[in-house]
Amino acid sequence: MPALIIRRIIQSVLVMLTVAVVAFTLFRYVGDPVSQMVGQETTIAEREQLREDLGLNDPIIVQFVRFALNTVQGKFGISFRLGRPVNELFAERLPATLELSLVAALFSLVVGIPMGVYTGLYPDRVLSKVFQTISLIGISLPTFLIGILLILFFGVLLSWLPTFGRGDVIQLGWWSTGLLTASGLKAVVMPAFTLGMFQLTLIMRLVRSEMMEVLRTDYIKFARARGLTNRTVHFGHALKNTLVPVITITGLQLGSIIAFAIITETVFQWPGMGLLFLQSIQFADVPVMSTYLILIAFFFVVINLIVDILYHVVDPRLRFDKSVVLGH
Amino acid sequence: MRTKTLLMVLVLSVVLAIPAWAKTLRFAFQGDAKSMDPYSLNETFQLGFLNNIYEGLIQRGPDLEIKPSLAEKWEVMEPTRWRFYLRKGVKFHDGSPFTADDVIFSATRVRAKGSDLKTRIAADTKVVKVDDYTVDFITSAPNPILYVEWGTWYIMSKSWTEKNNAVTPESATGEGENYATRHANGTGPFKLVSHEAGVKTVNEVNPDWWDKANHNVTKVIFTQVANDATRVAALLSGQVDMAYPIPVQDMKRVDGNADSRMLVGPELRTIFLGMDQYRDELLHSTVKGKNPFKDKRVRQAFFQAIDIEAIKKKVMRGLSEPSAMMIAPGVNGGGNPKFKRLGYDPAGAKKLLADAGYADGFEVGMDCPNDRYVNDEAICLAVVSMMAKVGIKVNLLAQPKAKYFPKVLAPKLDTSFYLLGWTPGSFDSWNVIYNIHGCPSETGSGKFNLGRYCNPKVDALAVQILSETDQAKRNAMIEEAWTMTINDIAYIPLHQQALAWGVRNNVELKQRPDNQFDWRHVVIK
Repeated sequence: MPALIIRRIIQSVLVMLTVAVVAFTLFRYVGDPVSQMVGQETTIAEREQLREDLGLNDPIIVQFVRFALNTVQGKFGISFRLGRPVNELFAERLPATLELSLVAALFSLVVGIPMGVYTGLYPDRVLSKVFQTISLIGISLPTFLIGILLILFFGVLLSWLPTFGRGDVIQLGWWSTGLLTASGLKAVVMPAFTLGMFQLTLIMRLVRSEMMEVLRTDYIKFARARGLTNRTVHFGHALKNTLVPVITITGLQLGSIIAFAIITETVFQWPGMGLLFLQSIQFADVPVMSTYLILIAFFFVVINLIVDILYHVVDPRLRFDKSVVLGH
Repeated sequence: MRTKTLLMVLVLSVVLAIPAWAKTLRFAFQGDAKSMDPYSLNETFQLGFLNNIYEGLIQRGPDLEIKPSLAEKWEVMEPTRWRFYLRKGVKFHDGSPFTADDVIFSATRVRAKGSDLKTRIAADTKVVKVDDYTVDFITSAPNPILYVEWGTWYIMSKSWTEKNNAVTPESATGEGENYATRHANGTGPFKLVSHEAGVKTVNEVNPDWWDKANHNVTKVIFTQVANDATRVAALLSGQVDMAYPIPVQDMKRVDGNADSRMLVGPELRTIFLGMDQYRDELLHSTVKGKNPFKDKRVRQAFFQAIDIEAIKKKVMRGLSEPSAMMIAPGVNGGGNPKFKRLGYDPAGAKKLLADAGYADGFEVGMDCPNDRYVNDEAICLAVVSMMAKVGIKVNLLAQPKAKYFPKVLAPKLDTSFYLLGWTPGSFDSWNVIYNIHGCPSETGSGKFNLGRYCNPKVDALAVQILSETDQAKRNAMIEEAWTMTINDIAYIPLHQQALAWGVRNNVELKQRPDNQFDWRHVVIK
């Protein structure tokens, strides 16, 4: 196990370095921040001076090395757009994104697994067909459209839920949470639903097909032959054995949820990292963009690592050492 | 029993803490004030936002009329010496008194490194303290419009900036955050409570404001809502009291809603098309060896090929004001009935092109932003199809502003035909004549003259306009300058876009033509 972790960490560092290189090269083509950092009266000479001061005139290699060295030291620079340290900006935005992502993931699991089990057990019932149809919508409608439709219906027509923002937040140390206030909880419903809809569909379909597969296996037949109750057979034996792929997918999707919260955050003006990133692209705010991509890469790498470890915990077959299996 | 009393006290104190007259204004805008430092960015929204917290020596009223603010009155001692008499008894939000030292300090800071408002006061203007409440401004040449841009030159407290290490407005190039980026200490009617860019900015009323308040607002919460649909939904559902801009396609919905209405008015920004009239061969064209735009007939053909009414009706949905001039009617020198647009005449345009030797037309590249002005890309697309009707094939390159501006602005000037918008910060013609029509030079003239139109006579007039103190003479010269540039067809002015504010019906406010939202005039019922 330790060997596995070390190997994974070395791989992760390589992945992150690659991401940094690719990200930084791409940013060269996003545009020039200077024309937006100053107003229309600023002279050409002053613009040029600013470009020089920001180091934008240096060769791209020099800029990258400087950026990489600073990043390793934890110095992410000052945002061109907001004039504030980038790590502070991310520290402020991180809780919003993580809370939204976790609520969305939880929602997709809590709703998706039972729906999957049900449709797997009773594929011919009317309710199963309804679930299947809903899941088709979830997988085919783009996120922003779902978001805007929800806003229109629950926000504007019914006025039940707030149409944007995070509601009131409570500060717990550096972590700001909206999950402890009524308005915060109300505010998270629609964005989390929007963000979790796709994952819900995915999990439901996965659990369904896995369930149907498992129910056909011999050990289920034997379990039934032993006269176990349906409950024990379905949940104790069948569901447990479908969970390995579900864990993998959920884990990997958690990374995607965090990364692709961008669109949901934009639609709901959710003050998270994705919104910050999107605004920064429009401004060509290179320090924020680079940090964001590296942070997301970091999340993916960590989540993958955790998923790998969980695998070993859940699936006993993987716990055996390779050498044992090979008979050395 | 004791618990009951305690509860009573608690309830009472809560009730007393929220007076019946507490009125909160919540509003949303598509962008955000990037910084609370009033000299960090010369941009309408940021300056307009800070106008409620900070104040200048003068202020602009609801119709942009100049009114005294921190200066009670002023006089011209001699053509190059202006004396400003400061208001007494004014206090900054931190309680420190406002004096001449703060004015002198602000004059230095606004011209310091990192300031984006350096043009508010010329570098060679001396600011001299006469006594604690009198300041002299000594200019190197007479300047009749010395103070017209001071409505957005806000006075900062000397002691506060020194104490908090924010003496210069530097930010992104520095090592850390400037204190003034997220804190503010003005003299204005509202105090900044907290500023989180992109999230929320909270302000509360300044009970010690020197002027009599016309508003009844006690708290202002501003949220940036970047997505158009979300912003409109927030207004319709009553989660904000005011939101802007409202996209043209949603205006009917806002007006159709029982609780909200649209406030629409002409903006001061003029949208126009420019042509490269300098290079001997266009960068992006099939015409080789010569530059067709050097021929006035070609420029006129382009002008007359544009059906401005169609753009107004189809692209702008009626919400634009076609313009014959490069300035809006609200700008000094604008709205002159003497000037009329050249009529839409595709046949005439074709003939002009044939006369100029381009009977078969030609191809030309066009640059256009797609996230800067109202429907900017759609306007360009309309121009492309209108030009096609007279035989000109326009190859459009519409890009986000972060890509567009570095391409077309100096030093690259990499464009043959482009769309741009301009609002003179001084609300005076000189700014536009100098920046857009002046022959480009090292001194700063023609800084945004991307096509490098050049008429030395116009330049000579611009110099005279700058220092002429007789208003009637000055205005006559302005008209003369416009006559020359319009005869030259230096540019193709298109229109002034409309301001589009959505307001809840329980809110009364004044819409300023420069698109600044002044909370001083907000009354919530």
